[in-house]
Amino acid sequence: MIGKATSLKVLVVDDEPAIRRFLRTSLSTQGYEVTEAENGSRALDMLRRNPADILVLDLGLPDINGLEIIDQVRGQGWSLPIIVLSSRTDETGKVDALDRGADDYVTKPFGIDELLARLRAALRHRLQQEGEPPVFRCGDLAVDLVRRNVTLAGRDVKLTPREYDLLRLFVSQAGKVLTHRFILREVWGGEGDVQYLRVYVRALRNKIEPHPEQPRYILTEQGVGYRMRAPD
Amino acid sequence: MDERLPLERRPSPDALLREAAQEARGHLKVFLGAAPGVGKTYEMLQAAQAKRRDGIDVVIGIVETHGRRETEALLAGLETMPRRQVDYRGHQLGEMDLDAVLARRPQLVLVDELAHTNVPGSRHPKRYMDVEELLGAGIDVYTTLNIQHVESLNDVVARITRIRVRETVPDSIVDRADEIEIVDLTPDDLIQRLKEGKVYVPAQAERAVRHYFQPGNLTALRELALRRTAQRVDAQMVDYMRAHAIAGPWAAGERVLVGVNQDPSCPAVVRYARRLADRLQAPWTAIHIETAQTQRLTSVERDRIAESLRLAERLGGEALTVPGPNVVDGMLEYARANNSTHLVIAKSHRPRWSEWLRGSVTHQLIRQAGDISVHVIAARPDTSENHAPAVRTAAERPRLGKPDAYLASAGFVAVALVIGILLQQFLSIANVALVFLTAVLTSAAAYGLLPSLFACLLSVLTYNFFFLPPLYTFTIADPENVVALFFFAVVAVIVSNMAARVRAQAITAQQRAHTTEELYLFARKLAGSAILDDLLWATAFQIASMLKANVVLLLPEEGTVAVRAAYPPEDILDAADLAAAKWAWENNRPAGRGADTLPGAKRLFLPMRTGSGPVGIIGLDSERPGPLLTPDQRRLLNALADQAALAIERIGLAQNLERARLAAETENLRAALLTSISHDLRTPLAAVLGAATSLRNYRRQLDDAAQDELIATIQEEGERLNRFIANLLDMTRLEAGAVQPRSDVMDVADIVGSALGRAGKVLARHRVVVDLADDMPLLKLDPVLFEQVLFNLLDNAAKYAPERSEIRLTATRDGQIVRLQVIDEGPGVPPEDLERIFDKFYRVQAADNRRVGTGLGLAICRGFVEAMGGAIIAGNRADRSGAVFTITLPVPSDREAVKDIAA
Repeated sequence: MIGKATSLKVLVVDDEPAIRRFLRTSLSTQGYEVTEAENGSRALDMLRRNPADILVLDLGLPDINGLEIIDQVRGQGWSLPIIVLSSRTDETGKVDALDRGADDYVTKPFGIDELLARLRAALRHRLQQEGEPPVFRCGDLAVDLVRRNVTLAGRDVKLTPREYDLLRLFVSQAGKVLTHRFILREVWGGEGDVQYLRVYVRALRNKIEPHPEQPRYILTEQGVGYRMRAPD
Repeated sequence: MDERLPLERRPSPDALLREAAQEARGHLKVFLGAAPGVGKTYEMLQAAQAKRRDGIDVVIGIVETHGRRETEALLAGLETMPRRQVDYRGHQLGEMDLDAVLARRPQLVLVDELAHTNVPGSRHPKRYMDVEELLGAGIDVYTTLNIQHVESLNDVVARITRIRVRETVPDSIVDRADEIEIVDLTPDDLIQRLKEGKVYVPAQAERAVRHYFQPGNLTALRELALRRTAQRVDAQMVDYMRAHAIAGPWAAGERVLVGVNQDPSCPAVVRYARRLADRLQAPWTAIHIETAQTQRLTSVERDRIAESLRLAERLGGEALTVPGPNVVDGMLEYARANNSTHLVIAKSHRPRWSEWLRGSVTHQLIRQAGDISVHVIAARPDTSENHAPAVRTAAERPRLGKPDAYLASAGFVAVALVIGILLQQFLSIANVALVFLTAVLTSAAAYGLLPSLFACLLSVLTYNFFFLPPLYTFTIADPENVVALFFFAVVAVIVSNMAARVRAQAITAQQRAHTTEELYLFARKLAGSAILDDLLWATAFQIASMLKANVVLLLPEEGTVAVRAAYPPEDILDAADLAAAKWAWENNRPAGRGADTLPGAKRLFLPMRTGSGPVGIIGLDSERPGPLLTPDQRRLLNALADQAALAIERIGLAQNLERARLAAETENLRAALLTSISHDLRTPLAAVLGAATSLRNYRRQLDDAAQDELIATIQEEGERLNRFIANLLDMTRLEAGAVQPRSDVMDVADIVGSALGRAGKVLARHRVVVDLADDMPLLKLDPVLFEQVLFNLLDNAAKYAPERSEIRLTATRDGQIVRLQVIDEGPGVPPEDLERIFDKFYRVQAADNRRVGTGLGLAICRGFVEAMGGAIIAGNRADRSGAVFTITLPVPSDREAVKDIAA
């Protein structure tokens, strides 16, 4: 799956040597080229000299606040994806990080498969630039982005235009967490509030989920937003 | 009187002079408030800003903003005079620079806190004197003042608030103010401001503030301020009208005096007096004359008198208690001294014979009142009063005052004389003596020793004069009669002595009964109070009123003793007194005035003791010279002190007991916490370490399956550890009060879904059935907390219910309540544990005696659910074994729901 010609460069920024060691070992075996920084200023320095393809960033660094680093990275105009490592207790920290331009997060402690999934989702566009399949498939769900039609186990699903817009957004960012604010901006142009969104997600789930109370496709990230399951 | 009439239409010279004096002087405006924190300074600055905009030259002499930003903002644009720095005992204190202000000569100067006491060494000891000087120099002054600093109200305020204010301003300053603006705030608003920290509170005044800022106090203070201002307004109007010769209904020197006694009709009479005073535009006073007779009133009657006096005060009159030889003289003396023009008294309800026998106050008053009008009011007894029959012992029968006693004794002798003359025709002269003896005896029984000796002397003389030959002289012809008269005198003296002693004993007995009753009532009052401050206040009041002394109560505080209550209110002792109090405390012996140790102190300090030692100190003093206490009073004080000490100790013990209970509980909890942490942290760690070391050292000897097993162990135990630590964190957040739930409008199904997703691994060995009603409304929830609650419940069910059994998660709506249930097929919860399982670290033993849970999950559930305004209970299934956990949550109001549907 990973491009063979040039392996992707991951910069891991964490002050805990144990975490860095674990990530270095695990990510290397998956074909990533791993560089490490133990604090924020060093990370920024390294990015300046030797751009990475993706940044894995711990929010609790000793010198610079992780949020500040996100600001600086985005301020420099660097568009590399950022995956944030957050501790469980600060939901607001996660949302802040995403609002400032982080692409996704994993909550410590996490399994390596979870992190790999996030990396893949964040790099999906990069990895599959050409020949993007026009049909998104995940389980029984198929979304044809060209014909604008949705089927569940082969049967057509009727969606309202707004529901389709919402689903299309989810599908186009499948595997990535989308914050409430981001979705509202993309689908409603920033109008309306979270209630609005919840009502539409409920309606959408009722149409595409076999068991809406145990959703398989559109997953809720409590307190943050939603995540579309990655395609098969 | 008549000569003054033509003047009434001309401006009164007095009033004109007053006005002229005001004109040369600067104008004084007082911003008067009921309590600190109502916003006087703010108001004053606003007024000053308005003046500045009008082009007036305004400077700030001194203003304390106490760091409040809104107030500070108002300083902008106003010139502030630099303060004069004064060195006082090593502290730099900033005072208003009076000379600089005088030299600067602004039109208007702002001087905050009129009642302030200047640092020693300043020109004037008090700030109001500075203000007078400024006014004298023709500078206008704006100043602020709290009502409790007004001299004449000091006592009243102290009584209301139990706090004595030391810094006072004479009434004359307030009276001379050209303008008073009342800065008013309702007590509720003020208390709110206090809570928000908007009221400046000096650090050392915490206790005082607690007492002070109570709605009752504030209401009373506010009333005082308003009333005082209203009075001022009236006086100002009258002055103005006089100065401009406007005929008006001002008080033409009228004064009303109303007599208060124990009669139940008295309140009605007081009200009449108030109406009369209103009509006359006159000040009025209610007076109670304390005579020998009033000492013998029952407590019900005393209460009635006090109530009538309080009523007068409430109605705006002055209330006084004045000692006097008798009611008539006392009232008239006061009335004349104070130029009263009207006397109001109640119509007597006594029968005619009683009046005839003892004389009538009403008649005497009218006769002796001269040019004072006497209003005799036939009033009904107050219906509000419950007519408990006043219990009187024989000795309590009202008696005439002292001069009356002699008069009455003479009367008895006169009666004896008449009877004697009548009987003379039938009896021997010797027997007539018995009639006189009866008169002496009667006098002794009724009035005691001295009047009866007087009767005795009178009898001897009368007997001699009228019956012993030669008649109508004081000489005695027959020596036999001399002997008879001598023995008559001896017998009369002995009899009068004995009778008087019996009477004295009866009186003492009655006093003792009264004291006993008071002690009993006091004991009951003490037993009824659970708050130390109230108890101390009651004690101080009781001792002060029973011993007629000033009382302070001190309790130990940080190695020394400090005043905790006093009557009359007082909170600071001078150094000598404090030393004596401390000595008394440390040595558990009396000290101070009249004692062996430190007799130089103003007060006498006595320890209050219980069986287990001293609990506090009573300090006493009185303005009376001579010994502070009679032996009787000393005994009484001991009785009071013992009762108070026991009550104080009781409250202390109750507090200790509560502390001990809390400590024990904390101890248990700590033990449980340690067990739990050591077990729940170490077990998974042991498994992880064991598996990891096995893998590292023996990987080559292990087949793939074994390696997988060990790796799975590491992962699962790591996850378990993670859950436990998450629980500990949640619990810590709950206990620290750091859980502040968001209140999002949420779809329950959404949260159920994400909770099931998270619990997927935990629930892998069970069948999960979700059954949500179709009509589920949106709820106000914190999604993260609620997901955690559901996760914990599912996790709990998975732990206790056997594998492959069914776990149901249902949600139903019942009116304005939504009910979520997690139902399992496990063994259920023992009935006695249904409530305790929500306690921290409490776990139900599993069937194999293994402790499965962490003892935190359900405690967290309850904490979170309650934080979101819901409730959670545990129960057991009725149809089979199994536990049911039920969460109930309120459905948001329609308005909120409508908003959501619209969205």
